[in-house]
This record gives sequence, structure tokens and C-alpha cells, in this order.
Amino acid sequence: MTSEPNESTGVSFKSAASVTLKRVVRFMSFRVLMLLVTIVIGVYTTILIANMGGYVDTIMRNNIRETTIMKVAAMTANKPIAPEARQKMVGDLIRLEEKRLGLDTPFVVRSFRYLFNALKLDLGRAQYMVSDSGSRTVRLILLERLPATLLLMGSSQLILFFSSVFLALMLSRSYGSFWDKLVITLSPTSAAPPWFYGIFFILIFAAIFKILPFGGMVSAPPPETTIGYSLDVLKHLILPASSLIISSFFLSIYTWRTFFLIYSSEDYVDMAKAKGLAPRDIERRYILRPTLPTIITNFSLLVIGLWTGATITETVFLWPGLGRTIYRAIGYYDTAVIVGSTIIFAYLLAFTVFLLDFIYALVDPRVKVGGGNN
Amino acid sequence: MNILKNTFREISRYPSAIFGSIVVMLLVILAIYAMIKIPYNEAIRLWRGGEDVWYQNPKNAPPIWYNWFSEKKLPESFVIKAGVGEEFSKVITTKADGSSNIDFEYEFPFDYDVFPPELFLYFSSKYDQKQPFVSVTMVTPDGTELRIGDFGVSTKYTYRFSQDERFAKRINRIMKREMIHPVDGIFAVPASDPATPLKGTYKLIINGVTFEKDSDIDAEFVFHGNVAGWFGTDHTRRDLTVAMLWGAPIALAFGLLAALGTSLLSMIIAAIGAWFGGWLDELIQRITEINLVLPFLAILIMVGTFYSRSIWIILGVTILLSIFTGSIKTDRAIFLQVKESTYIEAARAYGATDMRIIFKYLIPRIVPLLIPALVSAVPGYVFLEASLAVLGLGDPVLPTWGKIINDAETYGALYKGYYYWILEPAVLLMFTGLGFAMLGFALDRIFNPKLRGM
Repeated sequence: MTSEPNESTGVSFKSAASVTLKRVVRFMSFRVLMLLVTIVIGVYTTILIANMGGYVDTIMRNNIRETTIMKVAAMTANKPIAPEARQKMVGDLIRLEEKRLGLDTPFVVRSFRYLFNALKLDLGRAQYMVSDSGSRTVRLILLERLPATLLLMGSSQLILFFSSVFLALMLSRSYGSFWDKLVITLSPTSAAPPWFYGIFFILIFAAIFKILPFGGMVSAPPPETTIGYSLDVLKHLILPASSLIISSFFLSIYTWRTFFLIYSSEDYVDMAKAKGLAPRDIERRYILRPTLPTIITNFSLLVIGLWTGATITETVFLWPGLGRTIYRAIGYYDTAVIVGSTIIFAYLLAFTVFLLDFIYALVDPRVKVGGGNN
Repeated sequence: MNILKNTFREISRYPSAIFGSIVVMLLVILAIYAMIKIPYNEAIRLWRGGEDVWYQNPKNAPPIWYNWFSEKKLPESFVIKAGVGEEFSKVITTKADGSSNIDFEYEFPFDYDVFPPELFLYFSSKYDQKQPFVSVTMVTPDGTELRIGDFGVSTKYTYRFSQDERFAKRINRIMKREMIHPVDGIFAVPASDPATPLKGTYKLIINGVTFEKDSDIDAEFVFHGNVAGWFGTDHTRRDLTVAMLWGAPIALAFGLLAALGTSLLSMIIAAIGAWFGGWLDELIQRITEINLVLPFLAILIMVGTFYSRSIWIILGVTILLSIFTGSIKTDRAIFLQVKESTYIEAARAYGATDMRIIFKYLIPRIVPLLIPALVSAVPGYVFLEASLAVLGLGDPVLPTWGKIINDAETYGALYKGYYYWILEPAVLLMFTGLGFAMLGFALDRIFNPKLRGM
């Protein structure tokens, strides 16, 4: 903007606005393009990996061959049938099944078809997996599991996030105190993943004291009333949610606390203290304000992270969430489900990253959209 | 040297660092001990040998130190071969006609509150035509001689005390009971109901007769107790000692190699990108962003399911996927700063090559920052290996801690109360994780001046 000729204020203002607009538009389109390229390459890589570069086709072909031969043998066991006819029957059935699964087109062609369908968010149909309602639509299979994952991940991650930011702010005020030292001492406990704490929790609360269930989401048979049902789900939620929380609790507090401390040792905070501003005002205006972009980034990444679920924790607790569905899909070689979950995550991530650029500009006056270092 | 000394002095000021280093040191010692005590091939044989190797152990037996905490003392397993030591004596008296009497005697104390599940005698014999014959007797502490069984012994013969119908009938008559377990009958106070164990010294007597010259009998007494070994056994009678010991070198190797490979490679790539700039730097940035989209755990699971569960393949994929992550961005930011320093300019002025500047001037500057990051990254990878094993994707050959947890989970250790089975590997994993995490944490505060006062 400084390079603009400064003939008269009106012209300069107008041209400044149009330059800003131009810059924003140029930046936006570049950004969208880059994100799209990232998504395309990322999803295509996932497709390639999920098929092991076509190797999964071989596995599936062998599978089809074996099951078809068995099926035909069982069908014709007690019937007089010529071997040639039986051979023909096997061949026909194999061809039919391969056609159903799309194995009759070469993998390269198919991989691009998968890619375009995925980009259009047309998730297609699963090859083997079936949703609880009996549908093969990938969208339904994933949507059916979403509430369970949102409940588990949502409750635990939100509690974790807000409690650790809040506690960290309190600790940064009284650093060096007993609680502060305790958190520092305990933060290495976050080296262990949630399922690890889960096993201990199951051992203590389910196996020894028998007060909470081993796993699952509701008792069998489920309670009849809505209130009873929710209470039952809540009871099943306690152990997995607390193991998700406890496994990153102390490290999270420690990281935020250190982060806040770095900002509260800035000169302008000392200046504000010297001016005699109230601690609450200092915290709000001079510490939280400049750290807001980081807080927002972390929070938004947390929110989209909910989509992936917690595969291993869900497996240990037999929680019927998305993470476990993906794990099962891999076991079935069901590429459609794996790619479907990846593409949604990719879109969510790209959208969030795109949005964050604008949010930064909104909350932090130092940041200009498309300004930066170029 | 001085820097090293200073670092050590700094470390000794942090109690958590001392604890961490001790744990790491102990782990290294444990790993070396495991590799010397049970060489690799022996470990694999013991772990995957099948029933021939595991028959000596009872099923799902807790470790022997279980007795220290429980009021009821459970019988300990043991195995003894005749004629090897003094205790299980073997006396051969040969007669003129070539036949001979072979007498075995073994005395053992029994001071437990519970009956053992099973006793075995494993015989092996040498003969041409006529099988040798043995009769087995047990002398109980009150002096009663219990005739257990009389039978011919083929070249390989296993006698199970609980499976002998005739003995079962006899012991029921003696105990004046019906359907008592034969092994319980041997160790019970006569005519007690419910049966209570009779404590004291028991004597196993085997009288063998051979009918040919050079014919011989050998016996092995296998006593399946309710507790076995220092680490207990699993559902296939395997001694968990092998897995607990060998888990250490595998976990350390996986964790250290992954951490080292990831941080070194991402550092070098970041340095190259930052130094050359332009399209190379841009490419590295883009790859990092693409990598963010890829589902890390799902890819590892796919590799494990479709391709290979070998721990080394998984290690390679883990490193590949972890190079282009946040660490490359952090490293790059530091390199971009260092790049502007005057000494780099000086190096450029005297005509140093690009590679020389990257490896001699740029990278050494970041090493102090790298060390804590590297140590802190180790537990993550150790637990990653365990996580994959818990999903059932552990290495098919090697015994690892994660695989034990998976076995225990699969065979219902938590439901059936075999807590030792899950606790032993979990505690070892926890110590490994905590040790490295605490050390890394302290190192971070030492090497990172920004955190020093905090």
C-alpha cells in the first residue's frame, strides 16, 4: 500500500480499497487452489495406499475365486453335472462378482474414478460392510457411527480443552506454587496413550470394584425410558472419556501454562502492571488477546479432529464409533469406507485452514489477509 | 568435554531427570541382559516352539511372587529330571540274566493351602523287544504308601496322574468319597471332607524293571502348580519371562530408531529446504501439508493388514510418515534465522560448498534443540508399537509387551482375573514411557533457555 502514489486522499483511499480487495481475491484463489491440490494429492495417495497400488485387487480376486468354487461345489454336490458345465458356472459367477466389485476395469482407471467420486463427495457403496440398518451406502455407515464418536470425543476433548486452558491461566498467575510444580512433575504421564489408561481404569473400576461396565455403549438389554437410557450411556461413557482426558490432561495444562507465561513476560505486560491495571484486565487485554489466534487454531483443529475418532480407545472399550469402523473397514479391505472417511477429514481440514486465515485477520489487527511475507 | 560436564551438572539439579536417566539406564541393562541370557534364536524357539517346549508350565499361572501377597499359599511349579542332580536319585541294580531294577526316589516339600492342578511323569526308555515296566508310589507325610499306578513304558510315555481311571477309583475308596480329583486325593488329609491339603514332605518312588541288557528308563517329574516362574505363564503355557525380557530390547530399538530416524531426517530436509529456498522449499512445505491430510494410524493399520506385520516394515513406514510433520516446520523456522547469521556469510565468502554449509554450519547449531525433542519422542513410538499390537497387528514372530497386552485382552484376562498378565507388560511400558518422558522434559528445560526460568 505504501508504494501507491499519494496524489489526493480520496483517490488513495479508493485505490487502497480496491488494492486490498484485489489482494484478498488473489490470495483467496491461490489459497483455494493450493488447498485443492493438497486434497487431491492426499486423497489419491490414500486411495493408492488403501489398495496397496492394486495389490488388494489380487487378494480380492483370490477371495472371490475361492468362495465361488466352494459355493458351486456346495450347489452341485448332489446333482449330476458335467465338469465342463461346472467349470463354466464357476467362471460365470466369478465374472459376475468381479463385475459387481468393479474388478473388471484396470486399477489405474478405477483409482481415478474413486478420486473423482470422492472429490464430488459421492462416497458410493461399501463392498462388504453393512450399516446397522442394513444399508451398504458409505454415507449411512459413517453417519450411523458419528453420534457415538461425537459423544465420546466431543465430551472428552471439550472438557480437556477448556479445563486445561482455564487451569493453565490460573497456574500462570501463581507460577512456582505447589500446584504449578505438581503439574510440571505430572506432565510426563502424558507419554502414555489413552487406551493405556483405559486398561488400568477397566482393571480398577470394572474388574476389581465392579462399579462401571467393561465397555460398550449401552447395557443389554437397553433401558426402556429415555432418562434411563441416557443415564446408562453416561455410565458407559465415564471410563473411555476419562481415559481420553487423563492421558493428555497434565501435558496440556503444562503447555498452555508455559505458553501464557511466555506472553505474560512481555514488556507491554510489565508496562501494564506498572500502570497499575487490574490483573483481570491485564489477563484479558494483554495476555489472552495476543494468544487468541493460537487458542482458536488449537480449538478448531480439535473440532475437526473429532471426525477421526479414537481408534484404539474405541477398540479397547468396544465403543461403536468411527475409529473402530475404519479399523473394521481395513480388515474387510473395504476401500470405499476408508477413502470416504479420509476425504471428509481432508475437506474439513482444508476448510478450517482456509477459514483460519480470515479469523486471524479478524482477531489480530497485525495480520493482513494475503499480506504475510510475500 | 566442558559442555558435557555442564550438562551433567544441570541434569543432576532436576530430580525427574535423575529418575528418568536411572530408568533409561535400567532398561538398557535389562535389554542387554535379555539378549545375553536368552539369545535371539533361543527366544524365538521358547516363544513359538509349541507344546514340546511349553509342556512343563501350567496354564495361566500367576508369577511366584503372587504368594507374597496372598494369604493362601499356592503351590509352585517345578520340573525335575531324574539322575541329573542328587535330589531325584536313580539307582540301577543289574541282575545276572541281563534284567535290572531301576529305582527312582524324589522327596519334595508341600506346604501349600491349595491343591496343584496336575502332575506328570514323562518317561523315555530304551529297549529292543520287551517294554520296561514301572510302578509308581507316593509316600505321604503321615507315612501312608499310596500306590499310584503300574504300567509298561514305551520309548516315549507320558503318565498323567489325573487321567488314570484305576487310580481314581482307588483314591476315592481311600478317601471314602466319590468323584474326588485324583491329584487332590494324593495331597489331601485322609478322609477329610471338604478335602484339605496335608502339609509336609512327600516322597515319589518309581520302581522300574527292565528285561533286556542295555535297556534303560529315564523319568522326568513335572509338577504343575498354580504359580510359575517370575512372570507367570499365558494361555498356551508359555513362560512370560521370555516376552517380558525381550520386550525391552525391541521396545528400545523401535522407539530409539524411530525417534532418531524421524528427527534426523526431518532436520536434514528442513536444512536443505531452508538453505536452497525457492521451489525446493515450497515442495517440502506442500508435502508437509499433504501429509497432514493422510490418516496416519489408518495407513499403518493398512500396511499391517495388507502387506506385512513385520516390526521393521512398520518402523520404516512410521518414519516415512513422521518426517513431514510439524517438526519440519519448527526446524525450518530456526534454520531460516540461522541462515542470516554472519558466520554463514563468512563461510559463503570463503567459498564453502552448499553441502558443507548445511552439514557443518547449519545443522550443528540445532543439535542442542534436537536432543530433548528426540528423547521426548521415544515414548510416543514405544507406545505406537504397543498400540498396533493391541489392535492385533503386532509382529508375528517377536514377543513384545504390546502383544502380551493384546493376548491378555483377547483371552479375557480382565474378566477372568489374570491381572498379572496385563499388569506386567503395562508396568514395564509405563516405566519406559515415564523414564524417557521425564528425561526429555528435563533436557528440554536445560537446553531451551526460554523455558529455563519457568
